[in-house]
Amino acid sequence: MAADQQPSGAEGGVAFQAADGTGVGVIIRERADRELHTQDMTLNVGPQHPATHGVLRVLVTLDGEMIESAEPVIGYMHRSFEKLAEYRDYRQIIALVNRHDWVSSICNELGVAMVVERQMGIEVPERATWIRMLMAEWTRILNHLMFVGSYPLELGAITPMFYAFREREEIQALMEWVTGGRLHLTYCRVGGLKQDLPRGAIDLSRDLVPRLRERIKEYETLILGNEIFAARTKGIGVLPADVACSYGSSGCSLQAAGVPEDARKTEPYLFYDQVEFDVPTGRNGDCYDRFTVLLGRMKESLRIIEQVHERIPPGPVTVKLPKVVRPPAGHAYVRTEAPLGQLSYYMVSHNEKTPWRFKMRTPSFNNVSTFPYLLKGTLLADMIAVMGSVFFIVGDIDR
Amino acid sequence: MSDLLSNYWVLMPVKVVAVLLIFLVFPLVVGYMEHKVMAHMQARLGPMEAGRFHGVLQLVADGVKFVQKESVVPRAADKWVFTLAPAVALIPVILVFGFIPYGPELTPIRSDVGLFVTLALSSVSVIGVLMAAWSSANKYSLIGGLRAAAQLIAYELPLVLAAAAVAMQAGSADLAVIVEQQRFWGWAGWALLPLTVGFFVYGTAALAELTRPPFDMPLADSEVVFGYLTEYTGLRFAFFLLTEYAGIVSQSAIAATLFLGGYKGVILPDGPWFLAVKVLALSFLVIWARSTYPRLREDQLQVIAWVRLVPVSLLLIFVVGLLKVV
Repeated sequence: MAADQQPSGAEGGVAFQAADGTGVGVIIRERADRELHTQDMTLNVGPQHPATHGVLRVLVTLDGEMIESAEPVIGYMHRSFEKLAEYRDYRQIIALVNRHDWVSSICNELGVAMVVERQMGIEVPERATWIRMLMAEWTRILNHLMFVGSYPLELGAITPMFYAFREREEIQALMEWVTGGRLHLTYCRVGGLKQDLPRGAIDLSRDLVPRLRERIKEYETLILGNEIFAARTKGIGVLPADVACSYGSSGCSLQAAGVPEDARKTEPYLFYDQVEFDVPTGRNGDCYDRFTVLLGRMKESLRIIEQVHERIPPGPVTVKLPKVVRPPAGHAYVRTEAPLGQLSYYMVSHNEKTPWRFKMRTPSFNNVSTFPYLLKGTLLADMIAVMGSVFFIVGDIDR
Repeated sequence: MSDLLSNYWVLMPVKVVAVLLIFLVFPLVVGYMEHKVMAHMQARLGPMEAGRFHGVLQLVADGVKFVQKESVVPRAADKWVFTLAPAVALIPVILVFGFIPYGPELTPIRSDVGLFVTLALSSVSVIGVLMAAWSSANKYSLIGGLRAAAQLIAYELPLVLAAAAVAMQAGSADLAVIVEQQRFWGWAGWALLPLTVGFFVYGTAALAELTRPPFDMPLADSEVVFGYLTEYTGLRFAFFLLTEYAGIVSQSAIAATLFLGGYKGVILPDGPWFLAVKVLALSFLVIWARSTYPRLREDQLQVIAWVRLVPVSLLLIFVVGLLKVV
C-alpha cells in the first residue's frame, strides 16, 4: 500500500528529495557520486544521547546526513526481570513488572494479576475489575501524555512538554490518592486490588475527564496545527501494514498503518467488551499518523473512563487468597493492550511457590525492531522524528 | 565640555566603554527575558531565586558558574583552533554594536557603508562556528558545523538583498542616513508595502542566521547533541552563548534601524531609548518563535531560502527600484 512512498535508500538519491518535491538535493547527490569520492561515517547515537530517552544505542552509517543503515543495539538496561520472576512469589512479581515500562505500571501489573488468576481459576469481584479498568485507562492516558510532550520536544518544540506534564500532574494527584504511589503504583493484587477507592475518587476522576478533553483539543491545535510539525512528520518513516505485521508491531505503530488491532477489542479482557470505544487508525503509517493515533487513543480512553464511572458497582475489591499462592501445574497466557502496544505474559507453573518460567512479550521490543527498515535512506534529522514516533520505553525493550 | 568630547583621545575611550556596556548589558537582558518569557508561556515560573527579585541575577550567577568550570580541551582536538573559535565568533558581534546609530549624531563609528559592514561582520561569526566544528574532533560537532555553514551561506543572500532594498530606498548605505529618512515607526508612503515584505524576509533570514528556532538545526539538541558546541565547556561555552544572545540583540538592532525607524519615536525626543524598546520587542518575537515552533529539517530550510526568500527579495529590489524611478 504505502510501500512505494518509502525512500528507496542508497540508489539515486531519492531520499534527498525535499518534502515539497522540489528535489534540490537529488542533483547534488548525483553530482557528488560522479565527482567526489565520499566515505561513509559511522555514528553511535546513544547509549547516552538526548533523543534515545534512556540508554538505547543506534549504530548508524551515514553518507553525509543520509542514513545508509541503522541498527538498534539493545541491552544497556537489561534487568533480567524474566529470570528474577522465577525466584519471586507470585504476588511479588507485580512489583517487578511495573518497572519494565515505568510510565504504565498499572497496565503491566494487571497482566500479571490476570495470568495468575487465570491459572488458579480465581474469580475477581466485579467492583475490582471495573476499578482496574478505570485505573488502567488513566495510566494509559498518563503514558500517552508523556509522549505527547516528548515527541514535539524531539522535533525541537519545547512547550508541549510542559503542558503535558501539567496535565499529568493532575492525573498523578488522583493516582497518588488512590494508590499511594506515583510511579510504581503496585495497586493490583492477585485476586483483586490493594484497597478500595477512597471516597470521592470517582468524583475527582469524573471532573478530570472534560478538563482533559479540552486540553487534548489544545494539543491538536498547538501541535497538529503547526505547519512545521506537519512538514517534519508527514510522509516520514512510513511503516506499511504488512511490514508492521511481519515485525510484530503493535499499538500506535500498527494502528497508524491502518490495522485496527487492539487486544481490548480483538480479545477482550476485564470488561472491555461491555464498554463502547473505537480503535483509532491512520491511513499512511507515517510519523504524523502515529502521533494522531496517540491522541485518538487518549480520547477513546476518556470515553471508556466515562462509561466505567457509571458502571462501578458496590462490593468487595479482593478475594481471600490462601496463605501460599501455588497455582496448579500448567501454563497460562494473557494478552493485554498496554499503552505502547500488545503486552503479553506467559507463565509456566510447576505447582510451586514461584513460576517455573515467566515470559514477557513487551510492545517496545517489537516496535523498535522496525528501526532498520524505517531508518534506511532517511536523513539524520528524520531519524529522530521516526524514533520518537515509534513511542518506546527503553526498559520495556530490555526488560 | 564639547571641546573635550571633540578630542579624539577622549572620545574614543568613551565610545569603546559605551559600546562594551551595551554589549554586556543587553544580551543579558535578552537572556533573562528568554528565561522568563518562555517560562510564562510554558506554565512555569522560570528563575526565581538569584538576585532576590524574580531571579534577575540568574544569568550573572550562570556566568560565575561558567567561570569556575574546568576548561576541557579534548585530546584529539586541534588545541589552538579549538581555543580561538569562541573569540572568532564573539568579536565580530561586538564590533557590530559600534556601527549602529543610537540616536541623532550618536553613531560610534559612522561609515558610508555602515549597513554592509555590519552585515559582513555578523557573517564572520560563521568562521568561528566552522573552526569550532572542525577542531572539536567530534562527529556531532562536524555535522552541526557543516549544517551551520550551509545554513548561514544560504541565508546570507536574502538577508543582504533585503537590506539592499532598504539602502536603495534610502539612497545610502549609511545607517544614520537610513534612519533619518524614516518616520518614527518606519518607512512611510510608497516604500511601506515593499519594505514590510522586506522586513519579513529580513526577519526570517536573520532568525536563520542566528541559528535560532525554528532554524536551530546546527545546535539541534535532540539530533546532534549540541552541534558544534558539543565539546565546549565552561567559559568558552559561555562565550558562544554570549555570541548567540549578542547576535539576537545586534540583528534586532539592525532590523529596527533598517525597517522600524531605529532611534526615532513619539512624544519623547528621539534617542537610544526608542531603539532599546524596539530591540526588546523584536527579541521578544525571537523568543516567542522558540517556544512555539518545532525545528525544520536542513533540506527544508534550504528550500525556504533558495526557492522562497531569494526570489521574493529579488522581486523586492525590483519593486523598490521601480518605485524609486517612477
